[in-house]
Amino acid sequence: MTFNELLPLLVLCSSLLPGLAIFILPERQHRLRTGLNLFGAVAKIVLVSMLLVGVQAGESYGFRHAVAPGLELVFKADALGLLFITLSTVLWLFTTLYAIGYLEDAPHRSRFFGFFSLCVTATIGIAMAGNLFTFFVFYELLTLATFPLVAHRGTPDAKQGATVYLAYTLAGGAALLTGIVWLESLTHHTGFTHGGFVAGLLPGNESTLVAIFVLLIAGVGVKAAIVPLHGWLPKAMVAPAPVSALLHAVAVVKAGAFGVVRIVYEVFGIDTAQALGLLTPLAAIAAFTIIWGSVFALFQDKLKKRLAYSTISQVSYIVLGTALFGPIGTIGGLVHLVHQGVMKSTLFFAAGNYAETLGIHKVSEMNGVGRRMPATTIAFSLAALGMMGAPLTAGAISKAWLGDGASAAGMGWAVWVLTASSLLNAAYFLPILWRAWFRPPPSSWPEEHIARRGLLETHGLLLAPPLLTAALALVFGLLPEDVASPLTWARMIAEREYGLVTP
Amino acid sequence: MIEHLTHLALPLLILLPLTSAALAFALGPGRGASLVIASSALQLLLALLLAATIGSAGPSHHAAGGWGAPLGIDLVADGLAAAMLLLTQGVALALFVFARGYFHQDSQDADHWAPAGRYFWPLASFLVAGMNALYLSEDIFNLYVTLELVGLAAVGLVASGGGATQTAAALRYLFAAILGSGAYLLGVALLYGSYGSVSIAALTPAIAASAPAVTTVALVAALLMVTGLLIKSALFPFHFWLPPAHGGSPAPVSALLSALVVKASIYLVLRLWLGPLQPLLAPFAWLPAILGASAILWGSWQAIRAERLKLLVAYSTVAQLGYLFIALPLAAASTTGVAPVAIVTLQAVAHGLAKAAMFAAAGIILHATGRDRVSDVAGIAERLPLTLFTFALAGVSLMGLPPSGGFLAKWLLIDLALAQGQWWLVAVIIAGGLLAAVYIFRVLRQAFLNLPEAEIEAEHQKARVVPRSAEWAAFALAASSILLGIFGGVPLLQLVGGSV
Amino acid sequence: MTTGLLFALTGVVLFAAGAAALLLVDHLLRRVLAFNIMGSGACLVLVGLAQRNGVPDPVPQAMVLTGIVVAVAATGLALALIRRLHAQTGATTLPRDGADND
Repeated sequence: MTFNELLPLLVLCSSLLPGLAIFILPERQHRLRTGLNLFGAVAKIVLVSMLLVGVQAGESYGFRHAVAPGLELVFKADALGLLFITLSTVLWLFTTLYAIGYLEDAPHRSRFFGFFSLCVTATIGIAMAGNLFTFFVFYELLTLATFPLVAHRGTPDAKQGATVYLAYTLAGGAALLTGIVWLESLTHHTGFTHGGFVAGLLPGNESTLVAIFVLLIAGVGVKAAIVPLHGWLPKAMVAPAPVSALLHAVAVVKAGAFGVVRIVYEVFGIDTAQALGLLTPLAAIAAFTIIWGSVFALFQDKLKKRLAYSTISQVSYIVLGTALFGPIGTIGGLVHLVHQGVMKSTLFFAAGNYAETLGIHKVSEMNGVGRRMPATTIAFSLAALGMMGAPLTAGAISKAWLGDGASAAGMGWAVWVLTASSLLNAAYFLPILWRAWFRPPPSSWPEEHIARRGLLETHGLLLAPPLLTAALALVFGLLPEDVASPLTWARMIAEREYGLVTP
Repeated sequence: MIEHLTHLALPLLILLPLTSAALAFALGPGRGASLVIASSALQLLLALLLAATIGSAGPSHHAAGGWGAPLGIDLVADGLAAAMLLLTQGVALALFVFARGYFHQDSQDADHWAPAGRYFWPLASFLVAGMNALYLSEDIFNLYVTLELVGLAAVGLVASGGGATQTAAALRYLFAAILGSGAYLLGVALLYGSYGSVSIAALTPAIAASAPAVTTVALVAALLMVTGLLIKSALFPFHFWLPPAHGGSPAPVSALLSALVVKASIYLVLRLWLGPLQPLLAPFAWLPAILGASAILWGSWQAIRAERLKLLVAYSTVAQLGYLFIALPLAAASTTGVAPVAIVTLQAVAHGLAKAAMFAAAGIILHATGRDRVSDVAGIAERLPLTLFTFALAGVSLMGLPPSGGFLAKWLLIDLALAQGQWWLVAVIIAGGLLAAVYIFRVLRQAFLNLPEAEIEAEHQKARVVPRSAEWAAFALAASSILLGIFGGVPLLQLVGGSV
Repeated sequence: MTTGLLFALTGVVLFAAGAAALLLVDHLLRRVLAFNIMGSGACLVLVGLAQRNGVPDPVPQAMVLTGIVVAVAATGLALALIRRLHAQTGATTLPRDGADND
């Protein structure tokens, strides 16, 4: 096994093996568990950095393993996959730190961190999958690994939320499976290929290909929470805050969105998809989801629910970008994959801090919280402004590219959708900021768990992650042209993988 | 040395469990258990050796007592038989380790065993001997004898639970088994009358030669044999005896029956249907497929409704056995790619491992809580995390979710069905997976519920100790059903691919 | 019609009668008798059909001997179980609805 084959395997194992070891650890082995977690997270960052350097230099990484004659697990680390891998790896480190603080002295931590690591492994597997079969394997593994996390609290509500979550995701998985095997029976392989691999079936199989496309997109659309497949997401909010941050910002919804990107670009190919007339309906559904999510977010008083509907809306930006025919929209969608992940995890970290520190769960309880918890609220505000697309934020960059992409693709209506969504974003985020900063605080907080100690408004491990992710979002917004920025990487993907020329 | 051992592997696989069964009866449960476990470990090695030999050098023969066919009894093993032998020895070994802990837990005293545990060792060892003989037999009459050996040992095991329900379940099982083997025997008699031989090797060309003008007697014979075997295989609608027998027995017995015993008669159906009886039965191939599909839907539905945990697992067996039959019409048509028989074997092995693990886990849960309703598993995630994990891993394979042996088999089955344009089978397979998810997650989500503090205390007070060895043995079974999907597919499919 | 065929036909009739009784009769002892008759029928077919051309075929004779041993074993087991059930419940028939979710 050469080094280029070994490296992707090591990236997978850096979260899988610590995860399995954590399962076996007794509950009281607190230090060893934390050590294993952090070792895995840091090791993964180092390994992924090596991948990044290598891929930028044009190296290719990957390995394959046959599970049956003619059926292979294929892993490859290409530029598109690495975008998602890097996002997951960095956010995993932050979320782990946050979770260690969040779950201090809580029961069942071995179970929690074990499945948490499995989730990350599944996400990395999805990102590195080199064919649809491998993609499906890790896609379902992600469902299985997240179930215990949603059910973690062990309350009847958690049971209910986990049941709804499973009903959606397993049904989606069944659709995906049918689509993949159907496709495989026609093409005899499912390897992701630049420009797609179904063009050879045309002409003659148009309706079959459309049916397969619908099955595949429905399968990944469940996780991407595309309306009307989004019902699980608000229910899954019963999970602990670190799970919400990971599920909603990174693992699950992004796995769905990433699947849409792979299917449109590397299974069907953008030209074939356009020729079959599939892109416009997809863009329309994405646009509808963007508006739908934003409208529903307006009416939620529970902070986490408002964020959940906001996620539904924001993830479809990525789908919309993918469905726009042309390189600019592609870049907009891909860059938003990263930007939204960083901003949304900041928001969930902050929401978790309010709940853990002061017992605040509702928007209506947030009056004056900025004075009690200024650092958390600054992080929250930066991320919220980014979501609205305020100038100089990461969100503004995504939206600018998406808007230009829509104009270039001749879908002027999509620009209006983006504008309307920005206004709606402002309508549900600005009142929160207004309350937090400008309304007087109440005489007592709902349930104050953690008292203020000097400069620390809450537990240090709860405070650091949102500040770091907010800083990251700020940097992405201020320095979009930097070598290490997601935008530069997204342009490289568009140029290299799709042979598109970007302005 | 190795060559010599390979030569003796066929008779030893029958003689070893037979001898240890007799000795275990004489020695009593304590030392008997150790003996049976040691013997199973040796058998597993022999089966591995045999599989390796067959993989490289083709089928293996042995003429018992040096007589040889047609007067003597020939022992033959090809890839399919070797795979089943491997499954039997592997699952039996793990279940025996599990059973020692399970039966032993009520007392500290080594000489005091629960009644169910006292007769378990000789009977279970007889059962393994019968199954090994069945997989190694080459003529249809000897197969009848081994079928009866397996059936009688299994009935004894069901009755060993001791209660009135178990006795009734054992009787019900016995009558079904006798009806099945009786029909099979009549079929054998008619076939012998028509072709003058009971050797599969001799019957296959004889029947094929007579195929254009099949006599009514031969056709009736084939149908009788297959119907008898289907009764013993508990294929819907002949499944009536299975849930009480499998659901009411002590956990190690349920696991042996569900994982291994039903597979023996299904193996025979496949072997005969795709072998000598193929020309006779070809027009009926859709029948088992329809019954299999009904089994998947009906069994799953009953499992979803079942209130008792072990009954849920037993109905899941009714459903899962359906998958083994829906491939029959697909197998008959010639195909390229992975051999259909190999896919069915993969499904059988995956189900065997997973179901053994699931029954074992259910047994541990029932023993720890002392109650057997699905609603009573609340709080298990806290008290028995390893066992719940075992149950979940086994469930993953049964639902056909990746990365498990069950998933691999399901994927290949769907592929096969699509290649032949059988969309209704694809729909059944997908629906079966979703229904399985419903009944398995019914248990899992309940297990995650928290119990109130006071109740936890009370539970801990009355909880009986489950030995770690039993928990780990069950876990090993579940883990192998998962690993089968990643590492076992290629060797298994290649081993079986060439046979039948 | 040869003697052999006569034996075989008788065997089939016996088998059918036994199988029907095994399915339809409730009393456990009768069911034991039923499956014995059924087994005898099958054995008769085996011996009868093998008597072709007036030359007896020794192989089926050996098979039938084996079959009888198996039948004895099954009968013994069934009787033991019936006694057990009778001692435990006093019943001579199987309880109804055994397969239901209780």
